Amino acid sequence: MTNPSKPYAYLDLAEIRARLDSSRGREYWRSLEELANTEGFEELLEREFPRQAAEWKDDAAGRRQFLKVMGASLALAGLSACTRQPTETIMPYVRQPEEVIPGKPLFFATAVPIAGVATGVLVESHLGRPTKVEGNPDHPASLGATDAIAQASVLDLYDPDRSQTLTYLGDIRPWSSFLGAAREALGPQSATGGAGLRFLTGATTSPTLADQFHAVLQKFPRAKWHHYEPAGRQASRAGARQAFGEPLNTYYQLAKADVILSLDSDFLCTGPASVRYAADFAARRRVRGQQTAMNRLYVVESTATPTGAKGDHRLPLRAADIEMFAAAVAAGVGARGVDTSAGSQMTSGPHAKWIAAVVKDLQQHGGASAVIPGEQQSPAVHLLALAINEALGNTGKTVIHTDPLDLNPVDDFESLRELVEDMDAGKVEILVIVGGNPGYNAPVDFGFTQRMSKVKLRIHIGLYADETSELCQWHIPEAHFLETWSDARAYDGTVTIMQPLIMPLYFGRSVHELLAAFGDQPNQTPYQIVKGYWNRQHPGPDFEDWWRKAVHDGIVPNTVLPARQLAFKSSAAPAKPSQVQGLELVFRPDPFIFDGRFANNGWLQELPKPLTTLTWDNAALVSPRTAERLGLQNEDLVELNFRGRKVKAPAWILPGHADESVTVHLGFGRTHAGRVGNGVGFNAYALRTSDAPSFGSGLEIVKTGSKYPLAVTQNAHLMEGRAIVISGEIDEYRKHPGFAREKAEEPPKELTIYPGFKYEGYAWGMAIDQTACVGCNACMVACQSENNIPVVGKDQVLMRRPMHWIRVDSYYKGGMDNPETYFQPVPCMHCENAPCELVCPVQATNHSAEGLNDMVYNRCVGTRYCGNNCPYKVRRFNFFLYSDWTTPSLKLQRNPDVSVRSRGVMEKCTYCVQRINEAKIDAEKEGRKVRDGEIVTACQGACPAQAIVFGDINDPASRIAKLKAEQLNYSLLAELNTRPRTTYLAALRNPNPEIENS
Amino acid sequence: MKPPVYGLMAEFESPTALAAAARRVREQGYRRVEAYSPFPIEEVNEALGLHHNRLPMLVLLGGILGGLTGYLMQYYIAVVDFPINVGGRPLHSWPSFIIITFELTILFAALTTVLGLLGLCGLPMPYHPVFNVPRFALASRDRFFLCIEARDPMFDRHDTAEFLSSLDPREVCEVAH
Amino acid sequence: MSEERRQIISVERGRVPVIAPGHTFATVTDKISTIVLTRKTPLYWLVPFLIASGLLMVFLTAVSYLFVKGVGIWGIRVPVMWGWAITNFVWWIGIGHAGTLISAILLLLNQSWRNSINRFAEAMTLFAVACAGTYPLLHLGRPWLFYWLFPYPNTMGVQPQFRSPLVWDVFAVSTYATVSLLFWFVGLIPDLATLRDRTHNRWAKATYGILAMGWRGAASHWQKYETASLLLAGLATPLVISVHTVVSFDFTVAIVPGWHSTIFPPYFVAGAIYSGFAMVLVLAIPLRAMYGLGDLITMRHLDNMAKVMLATGQIVAYSYLFETFIGWYSANQYEIYAIWNRLTGPYRWTYYALILCNLVIPQLLWLKKIRTNVVWLFMISLDVLVGMWLERYVIIVVSLSRDFLPSSWAHYWPTIWDVATYVGTIGLFFFLFFLFIRSLPMISIFEVRTLLPQAEVTEGVEK
Repeated sequence: MTNPSKPYAYLDLAEIRARLDSSRGREYWRSLEELANTEGFEELLEREFPRQAAEWKDDAAGRRQFLKVMGASLALAGLSACTRQPTETIMPYVRQPEEVIPGKPLFFATAVPIAGVATGVLVESHLGRPTKVEGNPDHPASLGATDAIAQASVLDLYDPDRSQTLTYLGDIRPWSSFLGAAREALGPQSATGGAGLRFLTGATTSPTLADQFHAVLQKFPRAKWHHYEPAGRQASRAGARQAFGEPLNTYYQLAKADVILSLDSDFLCTGPASVRYAADFAARRRVRGQQTAMNRLYVVESTATPTGAKGDHRLPLRAADIEMFAAAVAAGVGARGVDTSAGSQMTSGPHAKWIAAVVKDLQQHGGASAVIPGEQQSPAVHLLALAINEALGNTGKTVIHTDPLDLNPVDDFESLRELVEDMDAGKVEILVIVGGNPGYNAPVDFGFTQRMSKVKLRIHIGLYADETSELCQWHIPEAHFLETWSDARAYDGTVTIMQPLIMPLYFGRSVHELLAAFGDQPNQTPYQIVKGYWNRQHPGPDFEDWWRKAVHDGIVPNTVLPARQLAFKSSAAPAKPSQVQGLELVFRPDPFIFDGRFANNGWLQELPKPLTTLTWDNAALVSPRTAERLGLQNEDLVELNFRGRKVKAPAWILPGHADESVTVHLGFGRTHAGRVGNGVGFNAYALRTSDAPSFGSGLEIVKTGSKYPLAVTQNAHLMEGRAIVISGEIDEYRKHPGFAREKAEEPPKELTIYPGFKYEGYAWGMAIDQTACVGCNACMVACQSENNIPVVGKDQVLMRRPMHWIRVDSYYKGGMDNPETYFQPVPCMHCENAPCELVCPVQATNHSAEGLNDMVYNRCVGTRYCGNNCPYKVRRFNFFLYSDWTTPSLKLQRNPDVSVRSRGVMEKCTYCVQRINEAKIDAEKEGRKVRDGEIVTACQGACPAQAIVFGDINDPASRIAKLKAEQLNYSLLAELNTRPRTTYLAALRNPNPEIENS
Repeated sequence: MKPPVYGLMAEFESPTALAAAARRVREQGYRRVEAYSPFPIEEVNEALGLHHNRLPMLVLLGGILGGLTGYLMQYYIAVVDFPINVGGRPLHSWPSFIIITFELTILFAALTTVLGLLGLCGLPMPYHPVFNVPRFALASRDRFFLCIEARDPMFDRHDTAEFLSSLDPREVCEVAH
Repeated sequence: MSEERRQIISVERGRVPVIAPGHTFATVTDKISTIVLTRKTPLYWLVPFLIASGLLMVFLTAVSYLFVKGVGIWGIRVPVMWGWAITNFVWWIGIGHAGTLISAILLLLNQSWRNSINRFAEAMTLFAVACAGTYPLLHLGRPWLFYWLFPYPNTMGVQPQFRSPLVWDVFAVSTYATVSLLFWFVGLIPDLATLRDRTHNRWAKATYGILAMGWRGAASHWQKYETASLLLAGLATPLVISVHTVVSFDFTVAIVPGWHSTIFPPYFVAGAIYSGFAMVLVLAIPLRAMYGLGDLITMRHLDNMAKVMLATGQIVAYSYLFETFIGWYSANQYEIYAIWNRLTGPYRWTYYALILCNLVIPQLLWLKKIRTNVVWLFMISLDVLVGMWLERYVIIVVSLSRDFLPSSWAHYWPTIWDVATYVGTIGLFFFLFFLFIRSLPMISIFEVRTLLPQAEVTEGVEK
């Protein structure tokens, strides 16, 4: 960095200015000056570069310059901080090589906590830079797979918009002065036993944190710990409280379930156990050769979800009516202890036959069935579901109850209401908001933001300086979970000790450190705190080994919460049918942005939402019939008038949505999310009140007459009678297994007069099981993070220029009101007779000896002829310079094994050729062939349902070769004789004949 | 030794006159004769006995060379120099090679035609004595000239001038070197 | 050949003459060469030239912005990765064809009337090809690497891929441009000599002199000259047919429904000549008015060209019908859908507009009244030019927007930069064309001389 011509110019300041976002540039410089003068900064400096700092003692100008320079470098995503290895010893997952070898990534086990609940993952680290999240095969919630959010979490780590400095009223302060302030404020509190001290957390399952909280609450007995999770699990807890008298955590063992009934639950794609559920669900639907057993799924839902799409039978009902439906089923199965009178309306209604058939099917599979209520459903539905499962004898077999995962299992809304009332009453002197963003997502009727001003000392720790930190004096940058030590429980209680892969980029603090500040030893590091806690749990000489193993495996042994067997209380409150009048408004957490906390994640914003394929926005989803009644078209901007509160939202017609019901997704319309998330979509929280947290009636829709463009990646969802997704019923397959191949009409190989190319050695191929695919889109994000695929933004998606190498198409079959839905993941087909190669004028794309359709970026001149001639339209073109070549922190995330594409070149799925070559090199070194399953493509690795299989089709013993031999295996657009290496297994359904015939 | 003048030139008003004159001059036995006209006149060519022409043969050869170049280049590149599997097609995809073969045939033939023309006509020629005749500028407008060159064995400054004047030209004048 | 010429002329005596009576060698020479040699530049030249220059500026702006930002400034997207650029390319190339056809094919067919229009028709060809040539370069994602489409020894050891129609294009178009240029230049040599001998300006004399290469109209030269032009005509004829055939291969070789059709080559060639003659008329009609060339470019010429347009127009019409028929007859669901989409899809209006412009309106040319009315001819020619542009738009954009997998279907619309580039090349075309008519004889002087009655040798030709 030294420049001999300019003695003190250690960093080219002009260059820094150029790098900074122009809009933010001015304040940035001001803050740099401050940065360079605060004592806090000197403290940092002492910590980091004591020697250089001393060098300049005698020279004021030089020192000043030096400080500025260091300030710049630290503020700039820590140019020096970014690659520092943690000093604490963490355990590489792969034993050899023990030491870091450039080009050889290490894997570390940790966990991604979403709404507090962990999914075990292995994080790939290149020379100390975490770059990719993979599932942890040993972890019960992962089994080696992940969901989209976990895949994208690595991008959050490098987000340049994360809050980077500890601030007091916007001024930068050192950690020490915060500790001072805290101590000062706590002085009087210790006298009153912490009467004015309040903590507000989101859902959290960390045993260590719990331990810390209890310590703090012992110190301040009158302090209160409040709990608010906008899209939490309180409904199920409430249901359990009614049924068993105490809040419980309920999960399902779908591997054992033959019949599943979903009551408005998207259990396959959302929720902490969705990855595991998808795996178990798909495992019971793998039809291979003579193995034709399939489970059956009934779905009753308001919003069309991927789970509904997978249902063998699907019934759209308004969210409020689902309670009646549940009651009807409960009555049918003879559930005791609940009032099922509400069901009578249903059993007499048009769905009587349907319900009867479901009830019969459930009863026939007592003990081997599961009724799953949606997290966003009412406690009553949960209560009824529990009763049904009791009646069917599922409890303890397919339905498991344990103690709650949450450390503070209260009703989120009641807890927050209590806090707000205390704030109003002026009882709250110190409010510590640990994570969460109530300033944005608290129910509107609480008036949280206004009442915050009545709190004397307001402290917020979070990844971002968000809407809530705006309301607090103190904002503490939180360490990303990849930056610090912690621990968390999975859906079944399994604890994972989360180890950091990198020192905090922005000097963030973990919540453990924050709580320590309120305890007796304020200056403990997270490592000491977490390890200390577990040492207390496992005293004894073997602790170090135990610790090593637990951290290494990503699982703490024997921490699964024991199943509880409780008597079903008959004193449960009777379920009363809610009066439904007018339109119903349904709130749902966004499938990817969740409650809004991932709003600044470009990968998740650009990830097409299942079914709608909507990106960069949320919309008011309505059914076709309701749209007709209201005269709504797609992209009509409408005013949602819900109980006196108004929000403008674009309408989108979603086939299969319940009539007279409108779904809005939470998490958009952020104002302090960052450059990516600000002003994206509309804020549905503005309509959300504590009396209707999930849904409520009384919505009015007014057309504004204007249009709002929505960026979707798929407009046409009908197959036009083409053999695209070939589907059938299990009975059809049993009678005539070859139906799929016949529909595909593959021309015989002998047709050509020329001999085809021979593929000796490896011949890579892929098979995608459309029966298994649940349409969760995890593969798309996995591919994006593995292959350095850029984010292009809403305008470019509107121009139909998304860059995803693999996409998940969805097609409808049957009527608009309740269609059958099929998912089809489409990567490059790697055709043996590739139309794209034939027309490339410069040999930029041609065939490898192993049958890969190679793309040579630096030979491509960008005629786009290949893109036109690709019948599968999997080729993606860099119409502009899409890759971010400037933002330093984003460069750290890139996969060094994949080149970053520039403007004007074509790109597409490579079957993760970098992984293929790595495996081949390893195999060659050991003088063997690549083993089956040794190469796992990014999409395959992420897929919860294991719908994607990759391997060498020349090896008859390989899984892929066996799948290709299956009767269900067919090529997409086979009649074109492109000979794709990627083939599909036809989608099978297992409908109930009784319903079919009626 | 170089003759004192390049030749004698007679100017005529019409193509007919020129053609007639040319025929007379040939009959007289003059061989080193050249006619100049603002547009091609078949009869004059015949009169001057211009029949032989090697251009078509050259063009044929050029075309054949072009065709061979085209096909062999493609064959060498696709089969010998850089054999690679493109879309599962045979390395020697001869039907695809025909177009470029054809185009190069035409290109080479056309280039041979033009270069051949210039070569056979000895163009470009920066200087030529006939331009020393002031009225020769009209040869590119509406006048017709006949020139007997001094190199002709029968050429005699005086007699030839006599003879030319007898063909009733508009005028006869000497062409200086 | 004199026999034939005499016959032609005697036959023509009866009808409207090719050249209005009363002209001599001197008058035609002076009339045509004065347009170039006159000192004062007429206003009716200056004004359109300035407009063309303005449009040329638009072109340069659009291209500069394109090079700075990338082809993303255009409306192209997945699945329509070719849009206006390639449409314009095919359109311009097609227009070029008329020039070569007039100069080569009509020469071989002894259609001596073409002598007074071939010069500027050939010039039009050159400039149209120049405009067309810009697009394949501009539409590249990385235009600075365009030369990778040519075979040349290189350190990468990689060469073009000769199975790709784009490489065929490169050879076909560059060959076509070269041969047209040679043909045009050879035709110019005698007239350059005329200009050399007629101008009084030293610089002009020097320039024309160098270009004329010392041509002096010697009989021995004329003899080789005529052979050469016949040979060139013979070479250019198959070439001009091949060029648009190759261009049509860009589509027929691809598997896109609506592209993958064997009738494209003849259909494209006919369309090319169709639009080409339209452009010749669009140029000729104002020119003869501006420069009072009615006596050299007579009603006969306009009438003949109108007839050629009518004939090719019928071929094109037949192709449209047959294309639709084949779509149905193929019994291939994708082909059938492609046709159906053209007729009833979101772009149907383009198809109907194309039918109106190329099929319906030109039927007026059956009437002699229309063929001999310059205003009507001019309007119809413009209409055909629009129609032929639409034809390429329908083939390229409409077919691509809905191909095999409905999931990828998308609607294409151009951006302001697409329009700017297109309008820009029109500017480039007229800019070059107006420079040409100011600096070179727009009518072949020596060939017009041969059309005069005086040109024939009247007696004693037989041996």
